[in-house]
Amino acid sequence: METQKQLDEFQIRIDNGEKIEPKDWMPERYRKQLIRIMSQHAHSEIVGMLPEGNWITRAPSLKRKMVLLAKVQDEAGHGLYLYSGTETLGVKRKDLVEDYLYGTAKYSSIFNYPTLTYADICVIGWLVDGAAIVNQTMLAKSSYGPYARANLRICKEESFHKKQGYEMLAKMASGTPDQQKMAQDAVNRWWWPTLMMFGPHDSDSPNSAELIKWGVKTKTNDELRRHFVDRTVMEAEAIGITLPDPDLRYNEETGHWDFGDIPWDEFWSVVKGDGPMNRERIKARRKAYEEGEWVRKAATEYARKKKLKEEKAS
Amino acid sequence: MSTNLSTSTEWPLWEVFYQPNDGKPFEHAGSVHAPDAEMALQNARDTYTRRNEGISLWVVPTDQITASSPEDRGPFFDPANDKAYRHPQFYSVPRAVKKRK
Repeated sequence: METQKQLDEFQIRIDNGEKIEPKDWMPERYRKQLIRIMSQHAHSEIVGMLPEGNWITRAPSLKRKMVLLAKVQDEAGHGLYLYSGTETLGVKRKDLVEDYLYGTAKYSSIFNYPTLTYADICVIGWLVDGAAIVNQTMLAKSSYGPYARANLRICKEESFHKKQGYEMLAKMASGTPDQQKMAQDAVNRWWWPTLMMFGPHDSDSPNSAELIKWGVKTKTNDELRRHFVDRTVMEAEAIGITLPDPDLRYNEETGHWDFGDIPWDEFWSVVKGDGPMNRERIKARRKAYEEGEWVRKAATEYARKKKLKEEKAS
Repeated sequence: MSTNLSTSTEWPLWEVFYQPNDGKPFEHAGSVHAPDAEMALQNARDTYTRRNEGISLWVVPTDQITASSPEDRGPFFDPANDKAYRHPQFYSVPRAVKKRK
């Protein structure tokens, strides 16, 4: 049973900016919340390989193919850093994975949208990874040591993801009229879903206050979203791309960019499983997991026999 | 939901340490799952050193690591606290020698 004294002492450690390590005492609720958000983050990295993997065989050049391969491999790495971090909380990776494949765990809704052209690959790098950087830069300061360290590692690699996308989009946006149209069309489709990546408004985000109190997060959804919009507006302008929001304007008083209403109905319907690609994504992930089972079994058996042989020989 | 969830296989967990540069001490990177040490090394390489972060790797079965517990934080390391004479600042040096530095 958790006593008030334990909770108070824990809060003091958090407020002092101390990092919590796996074996430290922590409230059960802190552990639960971490498992939820860390595994959700890990699942997102893994599912995030699918929309981009879709284009590897059809990349426009060998250079772009190598870049995309490296990026998709990084996403797998990010997923693994995060699973590794989550496992320090005393959960098994297998249970985490099976909870999103067959249970109730979620992954980021952004990956339930289709990638229709190669311009989508540019925009995913620029906007989706750009948004992820904003979020993960904050999470690199998280109060839970393993989560902070995983995010730090991720951030180091993520800026390559963003830059390759932005560079490609800039090229496309200054290309032939057809290429320009393709670039703008992709931005139009991804802009709002990207803003939704930061989650519901603070007033509709029941977990936010608790996560901030415990230092898991240090900024609210709306703060992060605003920061992202501020820096993206300039980047769009610089390459001649229009962000599809007629209400977007600079607010002299606040020093930030105001933007229009986010289509939350769409957000909730995707979260509930009715996005354009939800079923497809889960189907692909289950297939990979189930068809990989014999490999895991065979390798386990091989390791067992090899060990037996070594023991006999000695 | 067609799968054999209760019987699905999970490989053992290994902790990964890497040496960032020649002459540097090894640092903890994270963990990987692998059926044996050889594959643990390969998985560790693919997961933690895609950009030359390390020149050498160690993998150790996670259950083979013994760690001090957080409650020991104070008492376990206590003997170090009252031995100021272990540090060079404990000793005085003639002024002339000090200046030369």
